[in-house]
Amino acid sequence: MKPLLRLIPYLLRYKTTLILGVGTVVGSNLFTVVQPLFLGKAVDEFKLGVETHTYVTSDLLVWAGLIVGFSLIAGIFTFLTRQTIIVTSRNIEYDLRNDLLEHLQRLPYSYFQNTPTGDLMAHATNDIGAVRNVLGPGIMYPSDTLLTCTLVLTLMFFQDWQLTLLSLIPMPLVSIVVYRLGKVIHKKFDERQEQFSKLTTRAQENLSGIRVVKSYVREEYEIGRFEKLSSDYLDKNLVLARVQSIMWPLMFVLVGLSLVITIYFGGLKVIDGAMTIGTLSAFISYLVMLIWPMIAFGWVMNLLQQGAASMARLSAIFDTQPDIRDTEATDRSVTAIAGRVEFRNVTFRHRGSERTVLQNIDLIVEPGTTLAVIGPTGAGKSTLVNLLPRLYDVTSGQLLIDGLDVRTIPLDILRTHIGYVPQETFLFSDTISQNIRFGAFNAPEEELLKAADISQISKDVDDFPNKYGTMVGERGITLSGGQKQRTSIARAVITNPSILILDDALSSVDTHTEEEILRRMRVFMKGRTSIIISHRISTVKDADMIVVLEDGTIVERGTHEDLVALNGRYASLYRKQLLEKELVEL
Amino acid sequence: MQEEEVLGKAYDARLMRRLIRYLRPYKRHVALGILLSLLVSAMEAIRPYFTKLAVDTDIANGDKNGLLVTILLFLMVMIVRGLLQYVNAYLTQWIGQKTIFDLRMEVFRHIQSRSMRFFDRNPIGRLITRVTNDVEVLNDMFSSGIVMVFSDVFTIIGIFYFMFAMNAELALVTLSVLPFLFWGTFLFRKKAREAYRDVRLQIARINTFMQEHITGMLVDQIFRRERRSYGQFTEINAAHRDANIRSIFYYALFYPAVDLIGAVSIGLIIWYAGANALEGTVTIGTVMAFVQFNEMFWRPIRDLSEKYNILQTAMASSERLFQLLDDTTTIAVAEHPVPLDSVQGKVEFRNVWFSYTPATDGTQSPEWVLKDVSFSIQPGQTIAIVGHTGAGKTSIISLLSRFYDIQKGEILVDGIDIRRLRPADLRRHLAVVLQDVFLFSGTIHDNIDLGNEDIPADRVKAAARIVGAQRFIDQLPAGFDAEVKERGATLSVGQKQLLSFARALAYNPRILVLDEATSSVDTETEFLIQAAIRKLLTHRTSIVIAHRLSTIQTADRILVLHKGEVRETGTHAELLALNGIYRRLYELQYRHQEQAAQ
Ligand SMILES: Nc1ncnc2c1ncn2[C@@H]1O[C@H](COP(=O)(O)OP(=O)(O)OP(=O)(O)O)[C@@H](O)[C@H]1O
Ligand SMILES: Nc1ncnc2c1ncn2[C@@H]1O[C@H](COP(=O)(O)OP(=O)(O)OP(=O)(O)O)[C@@H](O)[C@H]1O
Ligand SMILES: [Mg+2]
Ligand SMILES: [Mg+2]
Repeated sequence: MKPLLRLIPYLLRYKTTLILGVGTVVGSNLFTVVQPLFLGKAVDEFKLGVETHTYVTSDLLVWAGLIVGFSLIAGIFTFLTRQTIIVTSRNIEYDLRNDLLEHLQRLPYSYFQNTPTGDLMAHATNDIGAVRNVLGPGIMYPSDTLLTCTLVLTLMFFQDWQLTLLSLIPMPLVSIVVYRLGKVIHKKFDERQEQFSKLTTRAQENLSGIRVVKSYVREEYEIGRFEKLSSDYLDKNLVLARVQSIMWPLMFVLVGLSLVITIYFGGLKVIDGAMTIGTLSAFISYLVMLIWPMIAFGWVMNLLQQGAASMARLSAIFDTQPDIRDTEATDRSVTAIAGRVEFRNVTFRHRGSERTVLQNIDLIVEPGTTLAVIGPTGAGKSTLVNLLPRLYDVTSGQLLIDGLDVRTIPLDILRTHIGYVPQETFLFSDTISQNIRFGAFNAPEEELLKAADISQISKDVDDFPNKYGTMVGERGITLSGGQKQRTSIARAVITNPSILILDDALSSVDTHTEEEILRRMRVFMKGRTSIIISHRISTVKDADMIVVLEDGTIVERGTHEDLVALNGRYASLYRKQLLEKELVEL
Repeated sequence: MQEEEVLGKAYDARLMRRLIRYLRPYKRHVALGILLSLLVSAMEAIRPYFTKLAVDTDIANGDKNGLLVTILLFLMVMIVRGLLQYVNAYLTQWIGQKTIFDLRMEVFRHIQSRSMRFFDRNPIGRLITRVTNDVEVLNDMFSSGIVMVFSDVFTIIGIFYFMFAMNAELALVTLSVLPFLFWGTFLFRKKAREAYRDVRLQIARINTFMQEHITGMLVDQIFRRERRSYGQFTEINAAHRDANIRSIFYYALFYPAVDLIGAVSIGLIIWYAGANALEGTVTIGTVMAFVQFNEMFWRPIRDLSEKYNILQTAMASSERLFQLLDDTTTIAVAEHPVPLDSVQGKVEFRNVWFSYTPATDGTQSPEWVLKDVSFSIQPGQTIAIVGHTGAGKTSIISLLSRFYDIQKGEILVDGIDIRRLRPADLRRHLAVVLQDVFLFSGTIHDNIDLGNEDIPADRVKAAARIVGAQRFIDQLPAGFDAEVKERGATLSVGQKQLLSFARALAYNPRILVLDEATSSVDTETEFLIQAAIRKLLTHRTSIVIAHRLSTIQTADRILVLHKGEVRETGTHAELLALNGIYRRLYELQYRHQEQAAQ
């Protein structure tokens, strides 16, 4: 149950409402409890009337009116209970979900690479739901139970403390059962939620890859996989149901045991003349009053255990510390970036991986110049540029921007001054205009058009009936490969960055358009530091410096002319691409 | 992508009937459940009897042994009742879980058989909500819901019977409040349904947002959009909360109202008794009995109204589910599909017109993506499609795979119109390296064979070798069994593309389609691949789309696509001689290298 303690700050936020809510629980209880009293009086009155042959209609009407009146007041209290406590549980659910997203937003790229999306979605809906379930009934019923038990037990104690103690004998058993069962429920529920996450993840993967699934006619296989997970989920649910179903009946039997003990020992006392039959009847009716609260208690214990299991899962996310963030070392005085980039003996390894992706990189890019990176697939080019906006932090060595270690530059400043076109395009299901303005939502229309012109998405957009208002599908489906990529370029350009990074950003663009973009880019890049990754010599050859990266190390560096003259890797690549041309000419 | 529309009028009866159909395979279990619930409530009624027996008989007579016997009997009844209750609780859960399992599989299956248009329209997050949450919500209703409703209804009918048998007039008086109950329920239902529907809608929106922003978190972070995205999310989240709070409000009103009506009913009994006390038609026993009846009768009604909550939620989500299950956007399969066991590999497009947004009413001419496209490929030939981005190259491939159906014209494979084939049969002979690379989480091996057991392991390895993926796979500690994360997050883009390429080769198709299959691969590897697949392609029909003209030099024919139209076709040499688009593209591409060489 410890994980639930985390909810205390949330509860405190609504403490006034909650206290009021508990008050209304007391109120509605009191007004409900006395109703049988009125009924008894009415019955007595009626009996009297029949025996004495007098009209008692008006008296009875008073009692009837009181019952209705009290029920009305109790009803108002019940209404208020729901409006306070249950509403609060929804408010807390809202807060929790917001906080979850806010926390996720601070987690580094590597976290999302290693955590299935479906998993996180299951947390955000199912687990938060289970936690919320605790809050309503978890507050309402315990206060109910506590109140009734205290009232009833006090009354009982005053009647006959010995018999009360006797009747309470099964109670320790109750707590043992609750404790033991609770632990099992916690575990089983946790397993169930785990499986639910797997199910969600599977669905999410299948749907994201539906084009591949369909192309390769893997529908049946996918259905089979999903069915397997669903059926495991079914089993886990049934195991949970088996445990959970014990709670209620067992509570019932245990309370029954109390009743039996009371009747037996109370009965003996009555027979021996140590107690009146009236007291015994009263005792029995008191105990009966305890049945419902005890059952509710069992039910709430179930909910609490589930909520605790879910909260533990959520806590695991909340406890993941964002390791890329502003710290005490952050130099708040940095407000702008000129664009000098320096790699000082940088080595990088992914966490939990043996492989060194980048090794002893030393590199300086002067402000306003262009660096081009070329190298085989998997050489570490993307990793190298990912260090700049701090998607990763270096393992050893130092990355400096304007002479400052990037880790001391406020993340906000750093990232707003970097315009990044990732190798894989990701667009949101929104309009083209919103997608381009993603990082500069206040950008005026001219800026939008300018960015669209530089990236040459403009000519496509002009052909769309809704122009920039055209909605794109999730991730940009409904746009062609090149259209997506160019939208992504426009998105980076519009932010007016000091450092521009193009990670193979023209790979899906035809030669003609590429040429048009590069021509405009050359103008745009004046005065900005730019880093361009490409496999094409034609794209990189004009750079102020070209580095050839291989297996994480820089094997060659220099201008195009230098490298051709060097007659190494670059020159061989160059010859190959020339050869291509000759082949085409054949 | 479409926002989900708000649903029109709800037909509860129809929805309910349709939902109950899912219980049909378990009708025996449901019957047993109802029986058990009735038994349990009946045994509940025995308790006062035993108490009375112990007090009035044993204790009054001072019979200690008798008392012991009575309470032991009592204890036994309690235990049996507990056991029955346990069995019943489990049984109802079992029914619920089984039913939602069936339903979930039906929904999933249904989604799998939708056409691409469907997926263009429905965000993933929404579909996930359907398969997971919306189905989950029905659990309560299928488990405790239905069984309890039935047993409650039976209980109520039983009590009705006793009441009328005892004193029909008093029974009528007692029940005279029922119209109010019905009226209240009617009002409540309308309001609550709206709120619950809204809740379902908002949950889907939350999931859609989450799914999109978690997968795109990188972009959010790089562009410092966190605050705004957070703001957007809080709005959706608040809409969800408010819809829930609205439903709480109606429920908070409804529940005490039911209790109040019950209290009025008791008041009426008392009043009636008082008015008729002297006529002698009502005895004290009758009053006591009716008061008890009223309580016994109101408990299930109150239960029912509690269940009503479950029912309303279930209705709201089943509406969405049925709406999905009623979706008809599939690729139409011919009534008597032509079987396609083997394929020669002849592909032909005849005057194909295609639009992603077909004008439904026919008044406005749609946005044509392909206009009157015709070409044919002989078995074993390689053709290349070139053209500016957005020209419609990928669309041609999608049509050949029959992801979409065309508006005019014909697409033929081996001379058979593909609309006469089963899409699965067609796709089995086709392997497409999609422009948008997608990897599944699993292993490298799984990603190449996609779990297809007909593909032997050595073919998977051979495919990886041909595309030059072997080298990096060997570097991974677990080789082909190395773990691939969601979407291949821990691989470089080029590596992912190689795997996607290897996948197509491993499937050993008659028709191979490469849509920008090496766009992110370095030149050296690209060269190696080209050399390696040349041999492989000799007996296969292949379609190659590439922006790098070098990739397509060996094609038998080149198709130049411009704004959805085939503008030029011919061999490389013919096209150069034509002095058109192709020549311009070609010159552009190689001018730089010449400049650089000088
Ligand atoms: N699912 C879709 N729904 C609506 N429109 C689409 C869809 N897919 C593509 N389009 C539109 O159809 C046109 C042709 O797109 P297609 O993907 O066929 O181009 P392409 O020639 O493959 O371009 P690229 O070289 O950039 O990949 C584009 O204008 C695009 O916006
Ligand atoms: N999160 C990660 N965990 C472990 N290894 C990773 C991770 N991300 C990338 N790698 C590995 O690091 C290496 C370098 O990847 P990177 O994406 O930088 O290559 P690249 O040079 O950009 O290649 P490409 O030209 O294909 O884009 C690859 O071998 C890749 O498998
Ligand atoms: Mg890369
Ligand atoms: Mg394309």
